[in-house]
Amino acid sequence: MNVIPLFVAIPLAAAFFIPMVSQKFRWVPDLLGNLTAFALLVMAVSVIGKKDVYIMGGWAPPIGINLVLDGLSVLMLITISLVGFTATLFSIRYMEQYTSKLRYYSLFLLMMGGMNGVALSGDMFNIFVFLEIASVASYALVGFGCEHEELEASFKYLVLGSVASTLILLGVAVIYGSLGSLNMAHVSRLIVEQGMNKALYFSLTLLVMGFSLKAALVPFHAWLPDAHPSAPAPISAMLSGVLIKVLGVYALLRISFNVFGMSPLLANILIWLGTISMVVGGLLALGQWDYKRLLAYSSISQVGYVVLAVGIGGAVVSRGDSMTVAGLAIGGGLFHLINHAAFKSLLFLSSGAIVYSTGTRDLRKMGGLKDRMPLTSGAANIGAFSISGIPPFNGFWSKLVIIIAAVQARYYWLALTAVLISVITLAYYLKLQRHAFFGPASENNRDVREVPLSMCIPMVLLAVLCVGMGLLLLPGPRAEILQPAVDALTMGMKYATVILGR
Amino acid sequence: MGQKLTPGDSRSNLYNPQLGMTLIVKTVTRWVKGFIFLFGVYIVLYGHLTPGGGFAGGVIIAGAFILLTLAFGKEAALERMSKTVASEFDSLGALMFLMLAWLGLYFGGPFFVNFIQRNLPGKRFHLFSAGNIPLCNIAIGIKVGTSLFMVFIILSVLRVVVKKGERRMVQMKRRGE
Repeated sequence: MNVIPLFVAIPLAAAFFIPMVSQKFRWVPDLLGNLTAFALLVMAVSVIGKKDVYIMGGWAPPIGINLVLDGLSVLMLITISLVGFTATLFSIRYMEQYTSKLRYYSLFLLMMGGMNGVALSGDMFNIFVFLEIASVASYALVGFGCEHEELEASFKYLVLGSVASTLILLGVAVIYGSLGSLNMAHVSRLIVEQGMNKALYFSLTLLVMGFSLKAALVPFHAWLPDAHPSAPAPISAMLSGVLIKVLGVYALLRISFNVFGMSPLLANILIWLGTISMVVGGLLALGQWDYKRLLAYSSISQVGYVVLAVGIGGAVVSRGDSMTVAGLAIGGGLFHLINHAAFKSLLFLSSGAIVYSTGTRDLRKMGGLKDRMPLTSGAANIGAFSISGIPPFNGFWSKLVIIIAAVQARYYWLALTAVLISVITLAYYLKLQRHAFFGPASENNRDVREVPLSMCIPMVLLAVLCVGMGLLLLPGPRAEILQPAVDALTMGMKYATVILGR
Repeated sequence: MGQKLTPGDSRSNLYNPQLGMTLIVKTVTRWVKGFIFLFGVYIVLYGHLTPGGGFAGGVIIAGAFILLTLAFGKEAALERMSKTVASEFDSLGALMFLMLAWLGLYFGGPFFVNFIQRNLPGKRFHLFSAGNIPLCNIAIGIKVGTSLFMVFIILSVLRVVVKKGERRMVQMKRRGE
């Protein structure tokens, strides 16, 4: 039995099963949610290094729907299921603060199923459908608390997210009108045969705008600093950790490298979007006093790094320069993507733990939590060091690779900007540590206690990952996980031949 | 089942003159509601032979309940299908559809393969033909019918009440019950 369709089927089945049985048994949502997330993690680990094309219902690709498992999809599946598993584990106690846990787990698993679908789909329209499943579930989850601020953020997210979906749907429709096909491999082949025309450039513009809105790159970022802090902490971790990457960055990379083909113009657009997000996100984060809002702005900045690195890789590919440099840049970007998933979800979970214990998100009201909550503050400090690029941690290695690749591709100014923004990142995380964990304890926090064990375990797990993920650059693990993902992008338009098999 | 309710009996919202629209609308609705429901079921069951299918039929089934809500008020419709039941059927329809897809895997084909058609093909243009497509239509019909009804009910939770000249929104139910 093939495991690929189960990545979508299992979370959907669990999402619909939970509300049916949970009216009677209160413990079912926790158990089923965690079991499903764990099963997905096991399945994602079991497909490492595999490549496959799955044809749904026995209808061959240009007409039927296919699921594509390649290196990049595997990387995304592992990221989704890892962060998803830690977030569900964290939710057991954290979500006790809210009512109707069954709806929470149901929506959470719908969101995971949608993201797995986006990562696996080989069909433009199916990407849109799965993207909508994940987005609609996330709109509801952002407003889950039903307080004034949360509903406002959710509504803002809903409006901008719907604009993004509309742009994407319009782009897909223009592709279909122009080429008569929706299968990504087939579209890619038709573009190679017929060349680009004006309608396809229009469609590419719409798709880049739509996916940039989903990824919250800077001219399109307005919804993120409201939506991510307002959600419950495990959802913030999922949104910042994987949702913007899978719905935004992954889809953007897939269409720009494998469907439309990298051109110097598109590479420049990616580089500019990345650089502006990196700079503006970093500078805006400096002035924040809300713990979660600071993390949200920092997400914009770090996703900027990813897009910048991949844009540099695309520029090198489209110039026809050495593939080693392109591979280095794209590899650095993808490595930063998974690293960011690990440390940003860790930081958001720690923010949840602090809100759970102290009841505030304001940095000025914290202080001295180092002694009161040793595990949380230890994990959060590791996360902060990783994201600002202190040597032994994973963030250092990915930023180093990105900067080396930028220098080798002769983008010296971009390399300098990346270093400067890294310093700024360090600055605002030092501010966070100084005000939250060190310094004198404030009056409010006299009798603050450490969070329960089931909330500590996911944070410790992610902290261990932050320390250990630098090992992925060693030749062995690199050939298993990172290199296939890089190859999937650098092979460019050969994608069609690989998928269609002729 | 049970005893027959007469007009004016306060036990049924169906005959409560305080709720809903005028007597004309109520009478006509009482006549046609069953036929609309049956027509929806027909569209679902014959979806593989005639125009229509699970979604269209489901919308018509939901239309029967929405007509009840409009004519008699929300309470009368919820008497026929409560929120819990609708929510259960909503999940059930989706699960049924997924199980049909899964059975394809179980009978040794790809996900979503038409396993019935492969093993025992029926006569063309008969009711029992086209393999598992009618079953998929039934699942979609249940899902769409109940979830559209739920959407309508949830939209009607906020009700505008005019009282002594002032208009105010009254939230009828709180979240998370």
